[in-house]
Amino acid sequence: METTKKTIILFSGDLDKALAAFIIANGAAAMGDEVTMFFTFWGLNVLRKTAAPHHQKRFLQGMFGGMMPHGPGQLGLSKMNFGGLGANMMRKVMRQQGVTSLEELIQSARDQGIKLIACSMSMDVLGFQEDELIEGLEFAGVATFLGEADEANVNLFI
Amino acid sequence: MTTTELEGIQADKVVDARGTGCPGPILAAKKGIVDVKPGQIMAVLATDGGTKKDLPAWAKKTGHEYLGVMEELGYFKLFVRRVK
Repeated sequence: METTKKTIILFSGDLDKALAAFIIANGAAAMGDEVTMFFTFWGLNVLRKTAAPHHQKRFLQGMFGGMMPHGPGQLGLSKMNFGGLGANMMRKVMRQQGVTSLEELIQSARDQGIKLIACSMSMDVLGFQEDELIEGLEFAGVATFLGEADEANVNLFI
Repeated sequence: MTTTELEGIQADKVVDARGTGCPGPILAAKKGIVDVKPGQIMAVLATDGGTKKDLPAWAKKTGHEYLGVMEELGYFKLFVRRVK
């Protein structure tokens, strides 16, 4: 079967890697491809709301949740992060260069109808409830992702 | 098309993607192409140099005809004819 569908797994919660994933996804959608992105583990942090409703959590999950980035604005760089200073400098340089911000790329992905799937197992591990993540997501597991990947001609793990 | 031929083109729509980086110009092209009818021409203005390669690739993939690029002062002007 001829297909041009693309599937992307975002495992990383690093700003640079999330940017790469969303640029490829948006580019593919602009080229007319169907795109599915699957967010697992640290990648879920990209989908977090900055101000999420508060939930009673297990101690360790609460600690994880508190320490991890709350959404795209708090992500660090995979290299030269310098405690967040590097990430802020990168955001500034990108603004100067007219590169679309991660927040805008996420919005653009939703506008273009890119399917965003959050891994429900990772959500359980990290203690995320559905309402702590942005709207418009699907929640599913590995079989759903593999079903999507079966229909695609490119699959990336980032 | 030659530069002279391109200079003579009256675009039916001009999409200004100047100042945006990858994938801004391609997104702008996708949004803009629906505003022209098949056979009509869209011009894309861009400052991102990669657009000179990306827009022909986008046109090929989406089934439109890439006509060429003109270098203006500080930006590029690229032409695409909507096919379908």
